[in-house]
Order: sequence, then C-alpha cells, then structure tokens
Amino acid sequence: MTLDTPIKHVTSAQELKELITRTKNVMVCCGRMGPMCLPVYDAMDELQKDGGYDHVEFRDMLFDDPESAYIRQLPECATFRGLPFTVYWKDGKVVKATSSIQTKEQVQGILDASFSNQG
Amino acid sequence: MKEFDVIVVGAGPAGLTAGIYLARAKQRVLIVDQATVGGQVILTHAVANYPGLPETSGYQLVATMRKQAQDFGCTLLSNSPITDISFRGNVKSLVAKGETYQAKAVILAVGGDPRTLGLESETRLRGKGISYCATCDGDFFTGQEIVVIGGGNSALEEAVSLTTYASKVTVVHQFDNFQAYAHAVEEAEHNPKIHFIMESLVEEFTGDDFLTSVRIKSKKDGQVTEIPASGAFIFIGYVPKTKPFLDCVELNKSGEIMVDDGMATSVPGVFAAGDARKKRFRQITTAVSDGTIAALSAMEYMATAKPA
Repeated sequence: MTLDTPIKHVTSAQELKELITRTKNVMVCCGRMGPMCLPVYDAMDELQKDGGYDHVEFRDMLFDDPESAYIRQLPECATFRGLPFTVYWKDGKVVKATSSIQTKEQVQGILDASFSNQG
Repeated sequence: MKEFDVIVVGAGPAGLTAGIYLARAKQRVLIVDQATVGGQVILTHAVANYPGLPETSGYQLVATMRKQAQDFGCTLLSNSPITDISFRGNVKSLVAKGETYQAKAVILAVGGDPRTLGLESETRLRGKGISYCATCDGDFFTGQEIVVIGGGNSALEEAVSLTTYASKVTVVHQFDNFQAYAHAVEEAEHNPKIHFIMESLVEEFTGDDFLTSVRIKSKKDGQVTEIPASGAFIFIGYVPKTKPFLDCVELNKSGEIMVDDGMATSVPGVFAAGDARKKRFRQITTAVSDGTIAALSAMEYMATAKPA
C-alpha cells in the first residue's frame, strides 16, 4: 500500500528526524488509505491550500512502513488504538498527538493552540 | 456571492449521483459537504452487491463517482459546514466558509453520522479502544478480547470480520433478537469466537489511558457485568445530519427529511436524497436512486418554476 494523497510523504525515520530537527512546526499524519485517515489528509491539504499555515510543515507517513515505527513507538502514542496517529512537533518536541479521525476544525484548533505563527 | 443552478448539500453517493445527472444536463452544480467527500460509504470495506461492479471498496466506488462528477463539471467543496441558510423564494442561498452561494434549487443529501452511545467514557477513550471502523482499527486488537455493540447488519458482519484479529468477540445487543438479515446472523452464530449477550445496555467504558473493560447492565434483571475488553466497536446505526435544516424543511421525529415520490421536500425547489430522508432501506443503490430522482425533479422544477 502507498499513500495516494496530495500531502508530501515522509518515507524514512531518518527523514522524519531531520525534518523535526530543522523545522520549527511539524504535523505528521501516520495512517493508511482508510476512512478514518482520509478526512485528516483532506483537512491537512485544505489547510495548506487555504494559507495561514505557512509556518507549519505538513507531512504524512504510511503506517505499515517499518520506518514509521518511530511514530508508532513514541510514548505519546503508547495508548493509541485507532488510525491515524497524528503527531505535532514544535522545536523538535512532541506538543500534541491524537488517535483516530479528526475534523478540519479539530486539526485547526490544535495548530492554532500549538503553533503560533509568530513563533 | 457565487451563483449555481443547483446546490447539492452532501457528497456521498446520493449527492454525487445528483451532481452527475445535473452536470451532464449542463446545469451549473455546486456539491458542498461539511466533511470529506464520500459519506458513510467510505467506511465500507467491501461492496459486493453494487450492480455492474465486481467487489470493490467503498472508498474506490466513491472515488469513481467523485471523478465522474468533476469530469462533468461539478464544483466540489469539502470540509465546508453550512453556516447560514435561506430557502425562501425562488432563489435559495447558503453560506459556507464565509462565501454565499445561490441557486434555483437545492438538493439535501446530507447523509448520517454513526450513532454514538453518548457516554463521556466513549468520547474519552475514542481511538484508545473505542472504534467505529473495524477495517481501520481491527488489527490493533490481534489476540485480544473485544466487544461489538449492536445487532444490525453492520454489527454482525463486522463482528465476523473482527474474528480475523481478536481472540474473542462478545456481541452486546439491547434487544432479544437481531435486526440483521438472517444470513448475517447465521454466519455470526456459527463463528466459534463470537459470543452473545442479549437484552443488555452499555453503562460505561472503563480504563484510564485505554479501554480495559465494558460495564453492561441486563434489561431483564438489572444485573451489572464487567466484560474485560481492550477494544469496543460500536455499530448502532446512524443519525441523519439534518440539524442545520431543522427550521427550513419538514422533518419527522427522528430528524429525517419528509419527501414525496419526486424527492420534493415541504419547500418548493428544495429536494432531499439518500439516508437523511425518511425511508426504510438505506443502501448505496437506494441512495443512488434517490439522487437520480432528486436531480430529475430539480430540473423539472427549474423548467416550470414561475419567476419570483
């Protein structure tokens, strides 16, 4: 399975580590092409296109790729039992992680709370 | 302000079908959905009884419908909740994402949302044991004991599919008989991993960081039982997403839109199609049929409506 989304894909743990190290605000949705994941990709795509979130890097990553173990094994995801796992990093640290479907409004709420566009 | 001939609210099979028919007839069509395109059908792992197609996934089926609608010229707007509505007069208007859209006719194909039990613990443990999608989350429970709540086709079919992963599946149902079709009941009853607890209601999902058990209460004798479970899948039907239209068109007590044979609502120029309307059988094929009828009726209405 591959991710057929308009979001930029992360394909290795190394790439992910470099991204969160060199970028201030990162959101990664780790999932499959499934019904609980698609709305999150859709929301990310629209938020990217809407503008206003140029200070955030949006990525997705295939849940079944062994490389995504980096996300699956995060302590913040230890209790998660629903796809997708969506993780938000600020200055290299996890500031929020969610399990299962999220609406665009929920994603937007987290982005606004976690990543101010001044910082 | 943007003008269309018809605004279709909802981008599931009913709405997309209406859009396909209208756009092919050279109507300017906006299809707007508060969430992602696809409706409930994207939750369906396998669609085996859609005529003319070999078995496919709900996602694939709706992706094809979406492409057809766009190829015929429909404008699609997803993740756009309707914030203001006016169905008075010959020009109907809706506001979504701060933009006003006007049209001569509107088709409400808003579909439904999975019904929830409404428990605080259900919300708290969503994604941490509570799920509404067996296909998505079943493999998190490999070798574990889980509970399926419900007694309709979805509940029993998904209970069977979940036995691929789980060591034991307990189906909890509030009535003493199932609402599912006989073949679904038979398949579930013959599966050695599936157990049944009838005439019982879920009182609470327990667990701090993730689900550990489901507390149920018997409707017969009031006895409370704690079922150890790391997963609980809830399939108890759907509720129509008609709340924004409460004061706009006639709804019944269940919130379903009342329509006539032509899918016309109580308001001239406003039609309804799919799971949100009052109907007995909710299938992809019946949604597609509704969408077709609503589109044809809307065209007839536009051709005969008198100017304001």
